Amino acid sequence: MRKLIKNFSHLFLPLSVMTLLIIINLIKGADYFRITMVNGAFYGNIPNILFGASELVILSIGMTLVTAASRGQDISIGESATITSAVFVMYVLQAGEVTLLTIVVGFLLSCVAGLALGAFNGTLVSIFKVQPMVASLILFTGGRSIAFMIDGKLSPILANDISNKIGTVIPGFPIQTPIILTAVFIALVAVVFKTTTLRLYVESVGINPNAARLNGINPKKVIFVTFLIMGFCSAVAGFIAVNKAGRHDSVNLLKLIMMDAILAVAIGGNSLGGGKFSITGSIIGAYTIEMLNRTLLRLEIEPAMIKVFKAIFIIILMVVASPVVRVHIKKTMDKVRAWRTPASQAKGGAPLYATNEPAGRAGKKEE
Amino acid sequence: MTDISKSFPGVKALDGVDFKLRKGEIHALMGENGAGKSTLIKVITGVYEKDAGIITLQGEPIHFKAPEEAQNKGIGTVYQEIMLCPNLTVAENMYIGRRCGALVNWKQMNADAVQLLGSLGIPASPTQELSSCSLAVQQMIAIARAVDMDCKILILDEPTSSLDEDEVQKLFALMRELKERGVGIIFITHFLEQVYEISDRITVLRNGKLVGEYETSSLSQFDLIAKMLGNELEDITKLKKHEPVATDSTVPVFECIGLSSAKGVKPFNFSIQKGEVNGFAGLLGSGRSESARAIFAADKVTGGEVKMKGKQVRIKTPLHAIQHGIGYLPEDRKDDGIIADLSVRDNIVLTLQVLKGFFKPFSMKQAQAFAEEYIEKLNIKTPTPNTPIRSLSGGNQQKVILARWLLTHPEYLILDEPTRGIDVGTKVEIQKLVIKLAAEGMSLTFISSEIDEMLRTCSRLIVMKDREIIGELKGSELTENEVMRVIAQGGKTVCAN
Repeated sequence: MRKLIKNFSHLFLPLSVMTLLIIINLIKGADYFRITMVNGAFYGNIPNILFGASELVILSIGMTLVTAASRGQDISIGESATITSAVFVMYVLQAGEVTLLTIVVGFLLSCVAGLALGAFNGTLVSIFKVQPMVASLILFTGGRSIAFMIDGKLSPILANDISNKIGTVIPGFPIQTPIILTAVFIALVAVVFKTTTLRLYVESVGINPNAARLNGINPKKVIFVTFLIMGFCSAVAGFIAVNKAGRHDSVNLLKLIMMDAILAVAIGGNSLGGGKFSITGSIIGAYTIEMLNRTLLRLEIEPAMIKVFKAIFIIILMVVASPVVRVHIKKTMDKVRAWRTPASQAKGGAPLYATNEPAGRAGKKEE
Repeated sequence: MTDISKSFPGVKALDGVDFKLRKGEIHALMGENGAGKSTLIKVITGVYEKDAGIITLQGEPIHFKAPEEAQNKGIGTVYQEIMLCPNLTVAENMYIGRRCGALVNWKQMNADAVQLLGSLGIPASPTQELSSCSLAVQQMIAIARAVDMDCKILILDEPTSSLDEDEVQKLFALMRELKERGVGIIFITHFLEQVYEISDRITVLRNGKLVGEYETSSLSQFDLIAKMLGNELEDITKLKKHEPVATDSTVPVFECIGLSSAKGVKPFNFSIQKGEVNGFAGLLGSGRSESARAIFAADKVTGGEVKMKGKQVRIKTPLHAIQHGIGYLPEDRKDDGIIADLSVRDNIVLTLQVLKGFFKPFSMKQAQAFAEEYIEKLNIKTPTPNTPIRSLSGGNQQKVILARWLLTHPEYLILDEPTRGIDVGTKVEIQKLVIKLAAEGMSLTFISSEIDEMLRTCSRLIVMKDREIIGELKGSELTENEVMRVIAQGGKTVCAN
């Protein structure tokens, strides 16, 4: 138990933010966790958050890796996703009859596009040593126009049954498909981390590229690979987003989502200066942002004011999470721990419970 | 200071230490790494708060909670690494953050700077950029900055480690000048000769405890080392080097012909036998490290052939070198060696993991086992294998890097300045280890600025000058004088080329 708490200490920030939001919501109405069945699918606050955050979760995973290895951020992810989904939509629309195969091929094509975009950014950053934010500024600026050129018209509509199922629910299965896709994606990422040394390589390169090179790691390659992964994440996020929307809106699809993705990485307790990272933290961070958005809606704050409240919340969060405050908290915690060891165990118990939250597992429990 | 104690979680860094600095004296603070020197300094300067004990300054009890308070009381500190801004001018560096207000009277500032620099005899102009000064002058300017803060106590933490002999003398002249003015100076260094040259008194710490305070003139060097090390001293005198069993007919483990690198190493030939320890000797900038880096392909290799055990191999990147069984402990531990934020465990396993491959990660259990094995083998002092390497002392960090290479079981290991900036005890341990490894059949190149270390461990010395090999010394020729003679004469009868 003690060891468990220690292993999760870096998740203290995201989990406590989440807990705080849950408390606010419970004060607003005790029915926060209530889940109802509508047309054979679960609906309620929690499923809505899991549903709404799907793209953000996937993108923030990629963002975490890019940040850790390259010590900078990719700000073109929303645009990349728009381009990849344009490829997907174009392929699906030119096919006469839409079958599952069409969708799968379309998805794979969009993944290829995503990898190409990742390779573009990755080349600029790793080989030409352009700052990540500057490098991705190119796609950020031009991306939506490229997407528009690919699908050729404003907002083509995806009016087929399979897309609809991917964007909402598959009849007979009570969990929305995007939640399942996100869960599968997270599982895939977990497998990658389990079966490769990606974490060690990325962290080494992010902390000390010189030393990494002298120990046989090629920092250029590692940074390039993280951008490839980012491109793949963009493709998956774009695929989910376009199927959710049912049409491809080149102008507004996943607009400004990189801001939320970067924020998710920060809330997850990761340094934006690279180095050690926590994917779990970023995932929780992404769900927390969605939860925050929906909490503000639920508190019936005027839509025009929502951004202000969000900003205030983030300011408070960033101050609390700042190294200065952290050192103070750690000192206090150490003192408390020295005083009475058993008490700290009980304290850690509450946030730990929430770790089971991501990946739509909360929904699965209801089965 | 009386009876100072300071504990960290799990360690008692200072245990009832007394320390007394008199007006106008140079007082050397000696001890191995981890003896508590740095902690004591940090308590004096207010970086750490003391747990117990009393500090008095001119009879008046003081208790610093922040470094600024200590500065205001006239305690100035100059650290090993120069903490100035290289892109500002000398005068700006001297007064940065100290002249109140947003408006700067440049004329006044420069005039003050001229006066202060002049009075201390520092050869620098206030308006020149700091980066255009030599390291020694930069170090002096840092001192001038501290002195001008009306300082009563000046703490110099390893100020000479990056200076050459001439520069050290200039620094010493400045220290004597300050001493005349009644400033008490605490001097920390690893160079024993310097201690004897300049200090009046010596305080020795060991394992956080006070060993004693001595008049420098009444303590012999041998006794000083004995006091610093406790019982480890006899080991160093017992060190016996391993002579390689190999004869000329055997194939060398590593051989290069006409190897050159982008860092300006002139093509050189070099070979090493199994179980041999050799060294690159030469002055700073003679190309010792550059040659080592060329062998490991740490710098871009621009030409030459490399043979491992007689077979020609292609080594163009560090990874190739590692795959062919070459290890390289870099000169700059901080920039090229440690991955600061990663745990000791990850730092140890790193290279073996790279060697094993991207798709074959070690299990946590296995990595832990490797780490524990080498922590014990090399006597690395770390709270747990999970501790970030950055929080270890320099000597222990170096041992972790050594462990990293030993874990890969290299056939040929290059140690570039493995003993720089670490305590005497660890230095001895590393030299012993080198000899032991050679006896087990490993070939090693041992590079050090301290020639006596190389004379103790190496059976062959390659002498370098101006990025070229100018000679080779063996057997009875292995004396400091001979090395100096070869360097001075720029070559010996047997020229390596």
